[in-house]
Amino acid sequence: MDFRLKDSRPIWQQLAEQLRRRIVTGVYAPGGRFPPVRELAAEAGVNPNTMQRALTQLESEGLLVTNRTAGRCVTEEASVIEGTRERLAGELADEFAEDMGMLGYSRSEAAAFLTRERE
Amino acid sequence: MYLVECTDLRKSYSGHPALDGVDLRLERGKIIALAGPNGSGKTTLIKILNGLLQPDSGRVTIDGHAPDRYTRSIVSYLPDRDYFAEWMTIRDIMDYFADFYADFDRQKADDMCRTLELQPAMKIKNLSKGTREKMQLMLVMSRKASLYLLDEPLAGVDPAARDFILHTILTSYNDAGSVLISTHLISDVEQVLDEVIFLKEGKVILHENTDDLRQRENRSVDELFREMFRVQSWKEEE
Repeated sequence: MDFRLKDSRPIWQQLAEQLRRRIVTGVYAPGGRFPPVRELAAEAGVNPNTMQRALTQLESEGLLVTNRTAGRCVTEEASVIEGTRERLAGELADEFAEDMGMLGYSRSEAAAFLTRERE
Repeated sequence: MYLVECTDLRKSYSGHPALDGVDLRLERGKIIALAGPNGSGKTTLIKILNGLLQPDSGRVTIDGHAPDRYTRSIVSYLPDRDYFAEWMTIRDIMDYFADFYADFDRQKADDMCRTLELQPAMKIKNLSKGTREKMQLMLVMSRKASLYLLDEPLAGVDPAARDFILHTILTSYNDAGSVLISTHLISDVEQVLDEVIFLKEGKVILHENTDDLRQRENRSVDELFREMFRVQSWKEEE
């Protein structure tokens, strides 16, 4: 899986977003060891300081934890991961509802499109 | 202590100012772009930092020392044009660097030759422009320096070589050292930067963390750079 850094937002935010998705979708297993900063930075082709900033953000969200013996790991707490997953889902839903609103559909009409049968 | 400190640095060539009061403080462990159009003073500043040019006035220190024998031992410099004899092979030049610089890491140089696909037996005169750039970068980044000064390291290389070069820069600098890359093409280096310096007509008009800048301006540093320098030239015409 590649990092994509296309838009003009701060690069650390784009990295944090993509790493968050990797954690939520289980690419990095709960409780598992997280790759070192330099390795991730080299993979993404970005500065290690920028990658560090992304990881600090995920630490503040509780998705990553650092302990003395094992280094930086993905959290073992399923509730934190599940909570993040729901938050991301909520954001996607809001985005969809907003786009549909611009086409003149209400939220419930928009929701109906998701389950509607189409040829 | 800052790695690099410049205070009111001035330099002119036959009355024409190239640096017009430069104040600059650079920390350790950063990758920094020195950006500006042609003739904005990038090469002059870099040559003052490595002691090849004397400023007319002002102060410059590297690791607390004015440019001297000590600072040259901790500064690794990639010039805007190379200076190697055409008859030499890449291996000859590696031997030369190993003799000349105590911090030259031969093992690292050999590894980088393999990654960059440089054949040590090849003669300089037979190298393409892009390969010459790669060779220079291999030599300069194989030193364990505190400050790497790279003057237009990406000029004339193809996109694949550019990615190789950026990867090399990212994986070879260390926390105690900083890399200053001069360029007039921000888009080539934007992803790897910590900070950017905009130089215009010999003055520093901006020096900031790139992610903070993107957040505040809500666009890429490249877009900002293009706009700042486009608007300026348009104003001058009026």
